[in-house]
Amino acid sequence: MINKIWFFMIAMAVAFAATSGKLGLLSEEIFRSLKASVELAIGLIGGMVLWCGVLKVAEKSGLVDKLSLIIRPVLRLIFNELPAKGNAMGAMVMNMTSNMLGLGNAATPMGLKAMDELQRLNSKKDVATNAMCLFLVINAAPPQFIPATVLSLRSSLGSTNPGIIILPALITSMFALATGIVACKLLEKTTGGAR
Amino acid sequence: MSYIIPLIILFILAYGYIKGVKVYEVFIEGAKEGLQITYKIFPYIAAMLLAVGMLRQSGGLDFLLYIISPVTNTLGIPQEIMPLVIMKPLSGSGALGVLADILKREGADSFAGIVASTIMSSTETIFYTITVYFGSVGIRNIRHTLVAALIADLAGVIGAIIVCTILFK
Repeated sequence: MINKIWFFMIAMAVAFAATSGKLGLLSEEIFRSLKASVELAIGLIGGMVLWCGVLKVAEKSGLVDKLSLIIRPVLRLIFNELPAKGNAMGAMVMNMTSNMLGLGNAATPMGLKAMDELQRLNSKKDVATNAMCLFLVINAAPPQFIPATVLSLRSSLGSTNPGIIILPALITSMFALATGIVACKLLEKTTGGAR
Repeated sequence: MSYIIPLIILFILAYGYIKGVKVYEVFIEGAKEGLQITYKIFPYIAAMLLAVGMLRQSGGLDFLLYIISPVTNTLGIPQEIMPLVIMKPLSGSGALGVLADILKREGADSFAGIVASTIMSSTETIFYTITVYFGSVGIRNIRHTLVAALIADLAGVIGAIIVCTILFK
């Protein structure tokens, strides 16, 4: 998918520039863009070093586990069809916690583990269960307390107040999450499936 | 709101310090990971800034935005953030490049910049996650997952515009 889009963007750019006689300008833009991306990366390093360092402290101090204590009852409520103390629930709690702290590296392995556990409870092995669909939808809009990459990007591009987006982003993802969960619960009745 | 970042940092470090974590050493350990991540995502950002920059310079982007303008005008989505809205569900690193482009052009603290940052921080790359997660356990029939995830994604875009309008306009 991304291969097609990327190629299409570049092919379309060259075609448009050629028909309007702007190929020379396009050539300048190519090197200007690349230079801009290098400057951006240099700026980005600073922020990423800060946030990944701080989050590591949160991980080691047990603060991350504290957060999962809050998430567990909420997930139990949403996934009322699943055993409350099962491995699937445990992996989903860890996945959600990692997502909320923007720990992408930890979120994906835990998410895959959760899918594996959910698949064990599945009676039709090639059809998604209600719980799987819901878990994926929750992964589409996880609330983030520390969106590290965006904060770093904002400060490297001259924001005087990078953190101003944290609160609106939390409210927005809660809204998106609630909409997604409701949509999922309504749709699951129409698409049949195992459980 | 500008004091929120130092307070978050202090809170996390103080909690670690009280719990007996070697805060400096652990910070460095994590910081090294941050350096690695930046190193890893750089090619993606460069590739996307290149493509977006070329498309914009050639007039192709204006053309595409003109085509979809009836839809964006009806939904009240600012045109400048449309490239991000389209890219976000498809590719996380691609979207990061597009966001960088918007922040650079419109300004990080402009309304469009704040809305775009909010969208980027509140929704995830759903196509990628769906492909990888279902692929890993061999599920073929994903039922209503994609539709529900797209509804959540759209709710995120519209929610971001509404929330930012209320808070910042």
